[in-house]
Amino acid sequence: MTRHLSNRTGAALTIAPLLLFLAVAYAWPFLGVVKWSFTLPEPGFGQYRTLVADPLVQSVFLRTMRICIAVTLASVIGAYAIAVVWVRGTPTQRMLAEFCILVPFWISVLTRAFGWVALLSNRGLINTWLQSAGIISEPLALVRNELGVIIGMTHFLIPFAVFPLASAMRSLDDRVLLAARGLGASRTRTFWTVFVPMTASGIIGSALIVFVFALGFFVTPAILGGGRSVMVAELVYLRIFQSPDWGLGAAISVVLVLFVGLLMALLFRYVRPKQLV
Amino acid sequence: MHQPGRAAEIKAIGIGRNFGTFRALHDLTLDIGRGEFLALLGPSGSGKTTFLMILAGFLPPSAGRLFSDGVDITDRPAELRSAGMVFQGYALFPHMSVEANIAFPLKVRKMAGADIKRRVTDMVERVGLKGHEHKLPSQLSGGQQQRVALARALVFEPGVLLLDEPFSALDKSLRGQMQDEVKRLHEETGTTFVFVTHDQSEALALASRIAIFNHGELLQVGTPQDVYDRPESRFVAEFLGEINMLPLTNVRPDNGSTTGVYEDQTISLRGRHDVSGDAFLAVRPEHMTIRTESAPGENGIAATTTAATYLGSMTKLDLSTRQGTRLSVSVPNEMAARVSGSGNQVWLTWPAERGILLAR
Ligand SMILES: Nc1ncnc2c1ncn2[C@@H]1O[C@H](COP(=O)(O)OP(=O)(O)OP(=O)(O)O)[C@@H](O)[C@H]1O
Ligand SMILES: [Mg+2]
Repeated sequence: MTRHLSNRTGAALTIAPLLLFLAVAYAWPFLGVVKWSFTLPEPGFGQYRTLVADPLVQSVFLRTMRICIAVTLASVIGAYAIAVVWVRGTPTQRMLAEFCILVPFWISVLTRAFGWVALLSNRGLINTWLQSAGIISEPLALVRNELGVIIGMTHFLIPFAVFPLASAMRSLDDRVLLAARGLGASRTRTFWTVFVPMTASGIIGSALIVFVFALGFFVTPAILGGGRSVMVAELVYLRIFQSPDWGLGAAISVVLVLFVGLLMALLFRYVRPKQLV
Repeated sequence: MHQPGRAAEIKAIGIGRNFGTFRALHDLTLDIGRGEFLALLGPSGSGKTTFLMILAGFLPPSAGRLFSDGVDITDRPAELRSAGMVFQGYALFPHMSVEANIAFPLKVRKMAGADIKRRVTDMVERVGLKGHEHKLPSQLSGGQQQRVALARALVFEPGVLLLDEPFSALDKSLRGQMQDEVKRLHEETGTTFVFVTHDQSEALALASRIAIFNHGELLQVGTPQDVYDRPESRFVAEFLGEINMLPLTNVRPDNGSTTGVYEDQTISLRGRHDVSGDAFLAVRPEHMTIRTESAPGENGIAATTTAATYLGSMTKLDLSTRQGTRLSVSVPNEMAARVSGSGNQVWLTWPAERGILLAR
């Protein structure tokens, strides 16, 4: 119980300052961004029309969706396994899981992204090992592409995906699992027909959180994508800071925020908010 | 392997279970007969659920062996034991309809769809859930959830049905109704039933035999009459209902029977007992009679009334003897009216064969 409580307060404390910061530092300036999207370079819906028609913008949106879906799948599956160990493992396994969940929070996102570059690049650890072991002759393209972005983002987001899953698993009555076994179901069968469906709300919550976070990712895709796998956030950055196209950058931002808002509405509609931490 | 529909005969030999250094169950040996309705009775924390979990295969015992129809099943996993279980709190699958809950044990046994349908329909009817098949457990009342739990545990015709305090969450009238229903299901299925309760009247009313637990030990097993009329320990005597305890001294055999002394009265008991010296004489309140004065040659003691409680059909009198033993007796209301004036001297008497001698 105390363990349970401290995890919850821990997660709440991580999130609360973030929310406050968002409200003060983003809500007000964002109104300015909305204004730009309708006024730059001239008043009207011009930028939104460009957004729908421009093949570059569309391809970035498509890629963003593709990457976010892949990252969400990978993160939720990975986090599910970690959460099972964290909630239902032996005391040693639990400690280990807790360690794996918390340590990434201490390391900056930049460090982690460059860490992955060191591991995945053509002359990185993995390719060197595989080549010296004679498993491959040419280095695998693991980074500076979508795969690299997906790996880096999944690594970053898995810990966040663990919390809603663990919370759903903790609220599950042990006796229901015993009942399934007693009625003749094997461990595997009990897992798939009882455990997983009964943690569905956690899966949905976890998936939405990861997806929403992933949509706005900037640093990780910029480093691991090597400029070739531009995602929406990076596109906004490029429009505003590199080409003087503030109007289009603003319009993309507005669309992104609306989409995230829609997903958040879904999240709170289908998952009780307290299950998220 | 268990053959469906056949009641199991279970033998527990020297079963023990520790949680860390805590001894939850100790050296329990018990035979559960084929088709029997056994109640496990005991106060909270006495190890009843622990024993049931061991029977079901959810908890390995720390010591002892378990046999079902002569086969050692101690190490057999729960899903291969053919024990239906109704949990405290029912433990229904919340994401499945009533029908799906009941079909679950048949589905995992890979039974043909048509057979499942037929059996589930039959079971739904037998437990009176017709019309609720497509509801989720959360849409049912407590009594209805209880029925789903029973149906789900019985539909695959297990060798034994284990019930953990199945009625504790129900209100009084519903509890009576469910008790009748469980009794009927026991008669209809002929399966061995083992049910846990800490309500002694429930155990006496339902069970064909009662096993009484305290502090992880099995104190006594017997038919309701056995354990109620012939308790072997003070705990069993007091747990099964109100009983008056008189401390006797100088207990000794006296040609074919036994005598003892209370205050200055010699009390006699039927039969020989292996207790001597100091002992308790226990007599159930309903076997005691009140008179205004003593009659020669019968067991009796003097007491004064201290309180009277009107119970409707009877009145309960509280009394105290000269040396301060507190007693209580249920008497007809008109008798109570005659003797219940506070401080009234009365004479309490009982048939010698109703006295139970218990070690001090
Ligand atoms: N998993 C466990 N770990 C530690 N102690 C346990 C565990 N399960 C049971 N116990 C202890 O074993 C003892 C017996 O528990 P059990 O649940 O069998 O009691 P019970 O007779 O069913 O009581 P109740 O009528 O309250 O349900 C209790 O003291 C309990 O605290
Ligand atoms: Mg119990």
